[in-house]
This record gives sequence, structure tokens and C-alpha cells, in this order.
Amino acid sequence: MLAVNKVAAGYGGIPALFDATLEVRAGEAVGVIGPNGAGKTTLLRVISKLIEPTSGTLSFEGASLAGVPAHAIVGRGIAHVPENRRLFPRLTSEENLRMGAYIARGTFAQRLEQVYALFPRLKERRAQVAGTLSGGEQQMCAIARALMSGPKLLLLDEPSAGLAPVVVQSIFELVRKICAEGYTVLIVEQNIRQVLKVVNRAYLLDAGRIVRSGSAQELRAAPEIQKAYLGL
Amino acid sequence: MSEIFDIYLLEAVLNGLLLGGLLALLSLGLNLVFGVIDVVWICYAELIMCGMYAVYYLYVQYHWPLVLAMLAAIALVALLGWILHQFVIRPVLNAEPINQLLVTGGVLFFLQAAATLVFGIEFKNLGVTLPSVRLGEMSFSAARLVAFGAALGGVVGLWLFLSRSYLGTAIRAISQDRAIMPLMGVDPGRIFALTSALGGGLAGLASCLLVLQYDIHPSIGLSFGPITFLICVLGGLGNMLGGFIAAFIFAQFIAVGGFFFAVEWGYVIAFIFFIAMMFWRPRGILGK
Repeated sequence: MLAVNKVAAGYGGIPALFDATLEVRAGEAVGVIGPNGAGKTTLLRVISKLIEPTSGTLSFEGASLAGVPAHAIVGRGIAHVPENRRLFPRLTSEENLRMGAYIARGTFAQRLEQVYALFPRLKERRAQVAGTLSGGEQQMCAIARALMSGPKLLLLDEPSAGLAPVVVQSIFELVRKICAEGYTVLIVEQNIRQVLKVVNRAYLLDAGRIVRSGSAQELRAAPEIQKAYLGL
Repeated sequence: MSEIFDIYLLEAVLNGLLLGGLLALLSLGLNLVFGVIDVVWICYAELIMCGMYAVYYLYVQYHWPLVLAMLAAIALVALLGWILHQFVIRPVLNAEPINQLLVTGGVLFFLQAAATLVFGIEFKNLGVTLPSVRLGEMSFSAARLVAFGAALGGVVGLWLFLSRSYLGTAIRAISQDRAIMPLMGVDPGRIFALTSALGGGLAGLASCLLVLQYDIHPSIGLSFGPITFLICVLGGLGNMLGGFIAAFIFAQFIAVGGFFFAVEWGYVIAFIFFIAMMFWRPRGILGK
């Protein structure tokens, strides 16, 4: 479904990602794990064209994404939940969801119902200004906003970042639920232990390079991951 | 004696209310553009001047019906707002604020000079005199009543648009987080251009109301540009509700101050109030 082929990217001439090659097949939940500063966020930003790759190719459902502007990506079926959630703080929770449905207005009411079934808490908070939601609620709202466009592929950037441990648990529970609903998900995480419980496969990204890939089980069992990241 | 005094005071307060509506409309477009795009159109009042000339020429020279001339003027100033954004603001969108101010300041002098060249320096007016409306002992200018009604209509219409429509919500959203708008499938450049056209349209509406009450000349912008700007600052630049409240406060100072002393004193008191407020609340009444 998504093919990232030898992609490199950076900011103002400083490279952050070298030669990344990965693939996401329809129906899969794929993780990209790695430490802080490994280039995980850059990878997602390249896929949704918020930054242009300096080399390499991207294709989605067989069609190249070269020359597609960032604002046309969601129309292709890729929705991106950005790092730090980035809700519109002075819009209400429901207005944030409406922005998520900007390109899919006709199905707003129907999608809203689906999203509220998945996140009942957001229905209670629908009229509340997003900036005053709790961290966990904000993350739910950010994920729900991305789902409002009816995406084929959902990009999740560190959904557990900055949340209390109890809340992290419930967010991963929700991610598992979303995968079970049949969404294809590419999730970037530092919380390796948790994310490996949710995804089918994962790539290990370190210093801008993909250094390992495999099934979640394989990676959990890999000695270098156990030692460096899982503290076993 | 005191009864008559009270009635005239009430008349002044009500006239202040009518003036407040007009000032609120004046500040609306400037505030909208600043709040969304983060650029101050120093030449905002000159856009209004262009609209006033448009109404004048279409109505007086080309004998269009007045309402049609006004609608055309609104469309023209909306187009000017769009052009201003695409050709003047866009290239300096990420430049220092001082450069943006200088650029729009340059447009101010350009428009003033161009109007002097094209239209001449003599005062022009529509020759339309609306009657005054009497209410007991009090009298109000119908032009002011019309302006108040239209201004309120403009304010309410804009509020409904911003709060109810997708486009309006996007305009509010983009002012809160410009960088992620593409993830919503929104092209920020398009929203900026539309907001500029909308700000221009509001300036156009203001020009239609002003042309009913004031003579037109190339430097008319200078007579209400500064006050518009002060109201926006007093309310908190970019804060439309703040600007709305500030417009009514300012208008009361002018009207009631003018009642007790003289009209000029009304302005003096209003400006003293403004300066005092800048010490007390430098970010405006509702500024954060």
C-alpha cells in the first residue's frame, strides 16, 4: 500500500534521514521504533509531504507521491496525527473533528458517529475547547480528527508522548482497537515495549538509518533491542 | 431644566451607540486580517477610500442605482484585498514585521497619490441626503441608523460565517496552527487569499456606509485610519470581540465627551483614555 524507497530528508541542509526503505501492506499495523532523534518524526513528515524528500521515492497504492503537495495527501487517503497532537487549542473538540473532515464534508455526521462510538469521552467533551482537555483526551481528539477524513492509512507520531503511564496504557488500547477495526496503521514510537504489543511488524530506526526490521516477536526477542531499549 | 439635559444626554449616548456600530465595522476587517495572517494592513483605510470613490463614480457619473453601485464597490474592494495579499503581502509573509509594515505603508502612499492623480484633490459627495429621524425631543441622522444596522449585520454575518461554516472554522484554525493545516487537506495560501478578500469586502461595506455621511477626497483615509487602528489595538489586535467592545467604548467617549465639552474634546478624551489604557492593559482589553 505504502512504499518508501531509499528516501533521504533533512532540515535546512542538515540530514535527518538517510536511505530509508520500508513498506506497509493493506491491513497491517507497522511500527517504527527507535530512540529520540532517530528520524522517526522526519519519516512521517516526509510521507505526508510536510517536507520534501531530498532523494528517493514514495508511492501510495501504486501511484507516486512525487509532486503531490502536502494538502493533497489526505485526499489520497493518508491521515497524519502529528507529534505533540497539535490540536487547534481554541476550537472546541468537535470543531477540531470538523477540521479533520474538511475534505470529506458529506460524510461528517456519519463519521462523527463512528468516532464517538470509538471515543465516547470525546462525545462528552464535544463542546469543550480543545486546549483545556486532558492530555489523554487531547490525544484521543487528535486521533479522532485524523479518522474523520476516512483514511486508508493512519500515521501516528508518538501517541504516548507526554502522557501519564496509566493514560499511555489506555491510548495503546485504543490504537489496538483502531487496528482491529481494519485501519492500516504506521506508528512511530519511543515506547518500544508497548508498541511491539500492538503492531504486526516493526522497523528499528537509529541515527536516520533503518538498522533492523522484522515481526514484532522477532524484534522483542532480538538481543540488541532487549539490551539497548527494553532494559532486559 | 434637568429633564431636557437628560434627554440631550440620552441623545448623545444613543448617537455614540450608532457611531460605535460603524467603528466596530471599520475595525472588523483589519482585525480579521491581522488575527488570521498576522500582518497589519496599514493601508486599510485607503482601501475604504477606493471603495468610496467606486460608489461615487458608479452612482454619480455612470448613474448606476445606488444599491448596485455599493455592491459593486464591495466586490471591487474585496478584489483589492485579494490583490494586496497575492502581490504585496505574500512575498513578505515570512519577513520581519517591520518590513511588512513598511510594505503596506508604501501601499498607503501609493493609493493616496494615485487617487490624487486620477480623481483630483477636490471634495466629492454623493449628493444624497438622508433625512433625520425624530424620536420625541431627540433627532438622529438616518445615515447613521442605516450605517449602524448594516454594521451590526456585517458583524453578525461574519460571526455566523466564522462559527458555522467549514471555511470559517478553517480561518479560525489557521490562526491557531498554520503549519499543520495541510494535514487537514487545507491549502493555507488559499485560506489567506480568501481571508484577504473577506477583509477587503468588509472594508468595502464600510466605504458604502461612510460615503453616505462624509465627503470623499484622496486623504480621507487619514481621518479614520488612525482611529480604526487604535480601536483594534485597544481591543487587542486580532481579537474581534475585543475590537467590537473597544469600538463602543471609544464612540461613547467621543459622543458623551462631545456633549459635555465640544466634539473635538470628545476625541481628545478618547485618545487620553487610549493612552491610559496602553499603560494599564498594553495588550488590549481582551488581549492575552
